[in-house]
Amino acid sequence: MSVISERQGRQAEQSGGARSTAWSKRQARQDRLMRSLFIGSAVLVSVVIFSIIVFVGFQGSKTFRDVSVVEFFFSTKWSPSADSPSFGALPFLYSTILLAGLSILLAVPLALSGAIFMAMIAPRWIREIMRPATDLFVGIPSVVYGLIGLTVIVPFLGKTFHGSSSAGYGILPAAIVLAVMVMPTILSVSEDALRSLPGALREASLALGATRWQTIWRVLLPAARPGILTGVILGLGRAIGETMAVFMVIGNAPVVPKSLLDSTTVLTTAIVKDMANTFFNTPWNNALYLMALVLLLLSLFLILLIRFVAGRSEVK
Amino acid sequence: MKKTHSRLTDRIATVYFWLAGLAIIGILGWVLYDILSKGLPQLSWHFITGKPSEVSAGGGVGPMLFNSFYILFLSLIFSLPVGIGAGIYLAVYARKSRFSDLVRLSVEALASVPSIVFGLFGALLFVSWFGWKISIVSGAATLSLLNLPVLVRVTEESLRSVPSSYWEASLALGSSRWQTIRKVLLPSAMPGLITGVTLVAGRALGETAVLIYTAGTAASRHFPDFGLKEMGATLAVHLWYSGSSSLAPDARQIAQGSSALLVLIVLIFNLAIAIPGRIIQKRLTGGK
Amino acid sequence: MTETSKIQVESLNLFYGEHQALFDVQLGIEPHSITALIGPSGCGKSTFLRTLNRMNDLIDSVRITGRVLVDGEDIYSPDTDVVSLRKRVGMVFQRPNPFPMSIYDNIAYGPRIHGIRKKAALDEIVERSLRQAVLWDEAKDRLNKSALGLSGGQQQRLCIARLLAVEPDVLLMDEPTSALDPISTLKVEELTGQLKEQYTIIIVTHNMQQAARISDTTAFFLNGYLVESSDTEKMFQTPSDKRTEDYITGRFG
Repeated sequence: MSVISERQGRQAEQSGGARSTAWSKRQARQDRLMRSLFIGSAVLVSVVIFSIIVFVGFQGSKTFRDVSVVEFFFSTKWSPSADSPSFGALPFLYSTILLAGLSILLAVPLALSGAIFMAMIAPRWIREIMRPATDLFVGIPSVVYGLIGLTVIVPFLGKTFHGSSSAGYGILPAAIVLAVMVMPTILSVSEDALRSLPGALREASLALGATRWQTIWRVLLPAARPGILTGVILGLGRAIGETMAVFMVIGNAPVVPKSLLDSTTVLTTAIVKDMANTFFNTPWNNALYLMALVLLLLSLFLILLIRFVAGRSEVK
Repeated sequence: MKKTHSRLTDRIATVYFWLAGLAIIGILGWVLYDILSKGLPQLSWHFITGKPSEVSAGGGVGPMLFNSFYILFLSLIFSLPVGIGAGIYLAVYARKSRFSDLVRLSVEALASVPSIVFGLFGALLFVSWFGWKISIVSGAATLSLLNLPVLVRVTEESLRSVPSSYWEASLALGSSRWQTIRKVLLPSAMPGLITGVTLVAGRALGETAVLIYTAGTAASRHFPDFGLKEMGATLAVHLWYSGSSSLAPDARQIAQGSSALLVLIVLIFNLAIAIPGRIIQKRLTGGK
Repeated sequence: MTETSKIQVESLNLFYGEHQALFDVQLGIEPHSITALIGPSGCGKSTFLRTLNRMNDLIDSVRITGRVLVDGEDIYSPDTDVVSLRKRVGMVFQRPNPFPMSIYDNIAYGPRIHGIRKKAALDEIVERSLRQAVLWDEAKDRLNKSALGLSGGQQQRLCIARLLAVEPDVLLMDEPTSALDPISTLKVEELTGQLKEQYTIIIVTHNMQQAARISDTTAFFLNGYLVESSDTEKMFQTPSDKRTEDYITGRFG
């Protein structure tokens, strides 16, 4: 929809004639008032995100009064309540990256294959059912997925790998839970990307004697790459920022995991776990804000990455 | 022969994709089955309306269920007008300027903030600084920040999907922009807006990290309690609490029941409101 | 229609679901000729063209009765390999549709999917096809640049080159110049005239002057019926059917 200029708007108002001047004037006043309100709302939105970054950043940076940068980012010793406390957040950083990476690794192949299936191969009636169904699953609360992870996946993994159902916590169940959670997101964004490709591309390829698979692999997937990458990055963002579902299955020991089934902690769960135990303006509390800042910056970076990736789309 | 080679790969690919599609249907179906089969048996009238119990069995989730909707409602009071207002700005008034770019970036950035960071921010701003303590109003205020970017985006998309011919026709008849928005655009965009708000609501009902440290993990003893200063554990928070730290002997079952209840609510929201809304919108805008 | 027809269409009827779009069409196409299909919008000429390489298969509700013989074989028989049919009978579309790849990759696409991998062979095919499409001089210095950077007329000639790279026998052209400016149109028409020596060409056009300019045979379609088909000069000077005459003299359409 095009933006109508103010001049056009005013011209439209003035064409009402002399008889309706008082009415038009009131409308014009109302119009200006509402416009200010709308702009004010927009400003408010910017203020909100700006204040979040500033507050969290400010509180987080206070950490460096008591903790060196090196210690926070590179030490693996996290014992904030000891007599001489240490605040090494490396285990959290490490596990966050490991978990996010593994989740995406599990989710993307299935999501992409599903997107191709729905966009290119499935008969229409299957797609009509599957699409709303997968969209629905994006809306299921994360704690629900967490509970399934806790009640089904953790015991299963424990029994399979350790012989007892109490030891199945760790990055692996968390990655499985996250993969199921982000898969619908990646699927729906990728499917949209595939469906919005011009039909002429597919026709041209088939008219040259290509098979359906050749068309998908050589023409359509490369052409939809920006959209697909956007979906993957969105899924990655969701995986990095997820808290509660991960909390329920990852074990929450503040150490670097030696295997995929060792109890560990990520940035988000570290914050949730410790928040109630800390007092405002103590180093421990500030450290949590610093972790929140890291998360915030990571998410913002991913947003910029999406803008970069999506901007390189060539297909008209 | 090369010809049969590509035909063979084509056939193998087709089989593979069918398997992938079935796998996805299977996984999602199994998730739904697990939730409902374990949780539906818990859903008795007493469970849905009764009070929770800390240490003994037989607690219900009545106050939590109430809090879920109450906090959602309160949060929408703030986020709806601001969100829709900003959405109208972006769809109607914004010109290509640094300000509008900034607003768009802000919306995207806000949408990407992890919910735990919202929780931290809300704890800092509302619970501590504003002095509202852990309460329903703190939770609602924090939740409204979470809802904001989605509402903006939904509003903007719904408005943009209204054919520009409506807008032009209205202006050509001599109405001001606000009149056009009020009488033509918003009504036409209403189905899309309702769908969007429903989705926002569904998502907000499931939020936990945002509310644990702003609305708390316990609920008021009176039911229903409209007091804004009371602790306001929601259904989702209670699910998490029962699943991990509760001492009640039937905590696991309470968690399963809450889980099923939450999913049912989300399902009802989606099916009853969002899907018909989408159909109506398609019809109103000429099947785009 | 003769024994040596390249393409022979016998009693072709086409249905979109319940709606019939082509009625009992009989037509023969001679090898190394240019046949123009003319007629008002919606008369079925594009639909007919697409039956010749089975591109109508892409639409769910389409049903066909009758026979379409290419080199004597019915292409609608159950054991026809559609993939190799389309290699033999190629198509150029109304709007140029180059792939979002480099010029080189666009042309090399066809050979690659048919199994040719060696760079030397591909290089040779790319150059040959571009020369045949009279695009080599304009393209040779930008082979690795995106094809989307070419002008409309160049893109269409690229699509023709892309088609020639798979070495078809028959070229189907669906209003190939309707989206192009007059100069590009002339270039494509010239190209078509040159290609006639090696290929059999069928071109749908709504521009009668174009049909008169370049084709040997013209077929006139109206409302799904093939009204008349004959030698182009004869068709335009002394049409046998009154409807043809009305269309050609501009009384309708």
